[in-house]
Amino acid sequence: MKKITIEICCGTTCYMLGASHFLNIEEELPEEWRERVEVRAIPCMDMCTSENICAAPFVKLNDKMISHVTKEILWEEIERALREGDSI
Amino acid sequence: MRNGAQFIRREVMIRLVRAFDEGNLVSEIDKIPILLRPKHGETSRCCLYHDRAVLKYRLMALLGFACEDETDETRTLASYVEEALKTEPTDGAIPLTVCSAGCSSCPDSSFKVTDTCRGCFARPCVYNCPKKAISVVNQQSQIDYSKCIKCGKCMAVCPFNAIVKTTVPCEEVCPVGAIRKDEHGTAQINFDRCIACGKCFNACPFGAIMERSQLLKVLQAIQDPETEVVAMIAPSAYAQFPGSVEQLFSAVSKLGFNDVMEVALGAEMTTAHEAQEFIEKMEEGQPIMTTSCCPAYTGLVHKHLPAFEDKVSSTPSPMVYAARLVREKHPNAKTVFVGPCIAKRFEASHIPEVDYVLTFEEIGVMMAARRIDIISQEPWALTHPANEHARNFAKSCGVTQAVLAELAPEHPNIQVNGKFIDGIDKKTLAMLRAYASGKLPANFLEVMACPGGCVSGPCSLTK
Repeated sequence: MKKITIEICCGTTCYMLGASHFLNIEEELPEEWRERVEVRAIPCMDMCTSENICAAPFVKLNDKMISHVTKEILWEEIERALREGDSI
Repeated sequence: MRNGAQFIRREVMIRLVRAFDEGNLVSEIDKIPILLRPKHGETSRCCLYHDRAVLKYRLMALLGFACEDETDETRTLASYVEEALKTEPTDGAIPLTVCSAGCSSCPDSSFKVTDTCRGCFARPCVYNCPKKAISVVNQQSQIDYSKCIKCGKCMAVCPFNAIVKTTVPCEEVCPVGAIRKDEHGTAQINFDRCIACGKCFNACPFGAIMERSQLLKVLQAIQDPETEVVAMIAPSAYAQFPGSVEQLFSAVSKLGFNDVMEVALGAEMTTAHEAQEFIEKMEEGQPIMTTSCCPAYTGLVHKHLPAFEDKVSSTPSPMVYAARLVREKHPNAKTVFVGPCIAKRFEASHIPEVDYVLTFEEIGVMMAARRIDIISQEPWALTHPANEHARNFAKSCGVTQAVLAELAPEHPNIQVNGKFIDGIDKKTLAMLRAYASGKLPANFLEVMACPGGCVSGPCSLTK
């Protein structure tokens, strides 16, 4: 089964505006999810331009860019991606 | 813990730094509250106008002013910027301020019976209340507040958790009773009692207690090509930011600092000096010596335990030694301490060695605003990295361990009965008094105002 890749932007803006709170999210995920996701911390993705700086933090889940991420939002997104992966 | 107050605080700072960098802070600053809270947008208080009013005071504190000092409500933020750029923060005041517009005037703490009360047969609340303040009316317990002494026994014994305690968060956490309400019900800090520990700053759910920042002064100093500015990074920084220590130092230097140095090098000197002082004091027959590096603790002793003051080590803090090292290399430099602490800014305002103090949050938002990515930096060449003990100063027990390691090789026979107080609160304050009076035995006492040490300081990022 293909793994879900979660790329957490670790640029200073995203980190300061909340990414530090879910950087280690894989440690909190249920056991059965953990082997199906791959979490990576990546450098700035250049999403935090002046206009949308307050949309940080950003996370890329597979090819989908998510803004305003919180731990809860990320959790839900992971759950959805896993569910959709199952139905294929 | 993530919270909304923290998010908005950082957003405001980022906007301020960007406006400064674009050279239009004076013309833009009065727009920031409106840009952050536009019409039909999200609000965090009763309405966006209230949000904007509080944001104005937040910016005022960010520029270094105390909200309490406001005499003209119509004064623009632009004029505060102009004043801040022209003056140096010399008042030496405790760098905290209460924004009365943000304070929710929380009701006085009390015990309340909620509707989960089932009016049970056993009625432990009624029988355990030492003042007979509880009766059951219409199958619900009721507290007679004229008799209640707020002992909390009813809450402890209720099998349904139906009795709750309401609190005033800032008053609750203040270890020294420095917060009281004024005649309008707004929280007020009594600065004669305050030790700048910053617990209220973290506790207020309305973000109404703010630090008086020196961010603008640092931005100004860095921008001036004539001024040499050196950043001194506290050891508690190392686990705060993404990337390595060396990458963090590179990122800080990219902000425009002429040099960056480890405060842990100062901690090495503090350790050596403090170990020596301990030997001397023990030889003189002094019963106990305490550490001196935590400025909230030394403030506590100064204001609330003056009889114990001669037992506090006279060794300067790592910040002071680090600044002296900087001045050896850069005699005319402005020195900027970067740490997780509000009390350090107070300490710095009373000594000649340190010019400004920034928090991790402030240095972090400077990097965010300038899009300096720590984990993409080339590592900084640390010519003389500090030793492990010195870097551990920021953790509880770290000072004791460093001093013990320093003493061990040359003084194998010295008896050290080391104890530590991990966080100042109302309970540990009683312990401290017991050490001071000799009721509890120890000859070396480490005291850190923040539980866990500086790593969990009020302005640490992991808070």
